[in-house]
Amino acid sequence: MATETVLEEIEPARRPRCPRRSFLGERLIESFLRLNGFVAIAAILLIFLFLFKEGVQAFRTIPPGRFVESTELDFDNMPQTVRMWQPVSTNPKYSLVPLILGSFLVALPATLIATLLGVGTGIYLAEVAGKRTRELVKPAIELLAGVPSVVIGFFCLATLATLVQNAFHTTFRLNAFVGALGVCFVIVPVIATMTDDALRAVPGHLREGALALGANRWETVIRVVVPAGASGLIASGLLGMGRALGETMIVLMATGNAAQVTLNPFISVRTMTATIAAELGAVPQGGEQYRALFLVGSVLFTFTFGVNLLAEMAVSRMRRRLAL
Amino acid sequence: MKRRSAEIIALSALRGIALGVLLATLLMLGSIARGGASSISWEFLTAAPIEGMTRGGIFPAIFGTLCITLLMIVLALPLGVCAAIYMVEYAGNSGLSRVIRASVNNLAGVPSIVFGLFGVGFFVLFVGRSLDRVRGGGLLFGQPAMLWAAATLAVLVLPVIIVNTAEALNAVPRSHREAAFALGATRWQTVRRVVLPQARSGILTGSILSISRGAGETAPILFTGCAYFLPRLPLVHLSIPFTGLSIPMVNPLDQFMELSYHIFIMATQSTDAALTRPIQYGTTLVLVGLTFLLNISAILLRVRYRRALEAR
Repeated sequence: MATETVLEEIEPARRPRCPRRSFLGERLIESFLRLNGFVAIAAILLIFLFLFKEGVQAFRTIPPGRFVESTELDFDNMPQTVRMWQPVSTNPKYSLVPLILGSFLVALPATLIATLLGVGTGIYLAEVAGKRTRELVKPAIELLAGVPSVVIGFFCLATLATLVQNAFHTTFRLNAFVGALGVCFVIVPVIATMTDDALRAVPGHLREGALALGANRWETVIRVVVPAGASGLIASGLLGMGRALGETMIVLMATGNAAQVTLNPFISVRTMTATIAAELGAVPQGGEQYRALFLVGSVLFTFTFGVNLLAEMAVSRMRRRLAL
Repeated sequence: MKRRSAEIIALSALRGIALGVLLATLLMLGSIARGGASSISWEFLTAAPIEGMTRGGIFPAIFGTLCITLLMIVLALPLGVCAAIYMVEYAGNSGLSRVIRASVNNLAGVPSIVFGLFGVGFFVLFVGRSLDRVRGGGLLFGQPAMLWAAATLAVLVLPVIIVNTAEALNAVPRSHREAAFALGATRWQTVRRVVLPQARSGILTGSILSISRGAGETAPILFTGCAYFLPRLPLVHLSIPFTGLSIPMVNPLDQFMELSYHIFIMATQSTDAALTRPIQYGTTLVLVGLTFLLNISAILLRVRYRRALEAR
């Protein structure tokens, strides 16, 4: 679907400037349209501004060190260093460590599995499938891309979690792995569509050259077409990871939402997105926790922004290499 | 011989992966269809929830979804299409166009929950509260409402609309524009009479896809206007002066119930999630049906449009 494609630069048709023709109406229409163009810039600037404005204010009342760890008295009244996200308590703890770990514990397995499946499906669509099959499979993938994430979240909660528990005998029914599988449903179509686009942008004469040299179809795909479109494949994986980090409803419904410092994907975790979604509705605005949540949002925004930036660089690299 | 068998194995692995993805999709949709089919009835679609939301229908949620989607279209579609026309037809490859393009691409990658935060911080607290201060009196604009939820969704679908529209405009051959210019048409005449008529169905397809994306989103509206349960529809009665008549109108400053939020809240926060499972499945099926209706119509429209382009 076009959602995942990155806007391209295309040289517009040149119209020779002709002063007699520039009526007032033309000017008005152009400035009106330009005004609309500015909205996109304004929106991204405002998001940036309002997110970070509130987020930075968290540092006014909470010392930066407490976003990593804080001390708490244990049962024997001995001070102990803990890394916990526990904003509602007599001694509120705001460690971002479990949240960031949680986000990556869902996003990394999801990206791994989804890249495998998505790139495979994309190669199948672009290089293996016949025209008929392609016209059936491609819309099916697009339909999957159109399923609202809350629906996938519900499916994970109601059905998939039980299947996973029966297969892996996990202690917790809702865990990071269930969330990762759910997120796969969202990003497989993204990766498959982008891979398909990238491989179809590889010029046909490369394939014909390989085939003429005696390579069979698989050798052509894996030695010629895939290397030529490699940057596009990397970009698709990165964009998928950006989506996985930002996915909210699925992880909110399927990961169990317990903020823990762990590296075990079969334990309940809590991601940055789920924390915001679960807590912002119940906090008084302007308070300490409210600002801490905006700080979590700023961190999340920074992560996804960085990942998407890398993806965009990969896409423009491919475009340059293929001289499109 | 070894090369041949490697080829066979690899190609069938690719076929298997694609088939697996399709089967997983079918498994998901099948489980939802099977669970939801029994709870769909006329009453379920047209009645309000009763008995503490353990029985009854989901009409307020359907109504809210339609209202907010329409409001989102009004706010985002003209803006997005005009911005895309400016980018493709006017700005070309100038520095400004490059900045707009970068903004659009970045906007498309912002997580949906961040849009939710933005909606609260900007629309509700900044714009709403400022309006209230100017207006004087109590809280009217500065609280979660349908208007702000729709505005948040509009910002979310804006990049999608711009990307899709720009793609449709770029599909119109450049030679057509050059021919129009050669005949002495101005830029706007060219856009209006030559480019837009050809790009129309492409723009429509893209718009439908973006609308379906917005209609299914939950995270951005969590804090900007959704309600768990409302005993009434978000309506006001506007009286027509001098006639004594009043017409019901959707009140954009009221809160509302929404399908995707209804699914989320019923599945995770209700007191007895197991008891209301049929309602949850039914609501999910309705939401899937709604988005599929939009998506399938867009896909069919595009098939026709592609054929028309190829025939030319």
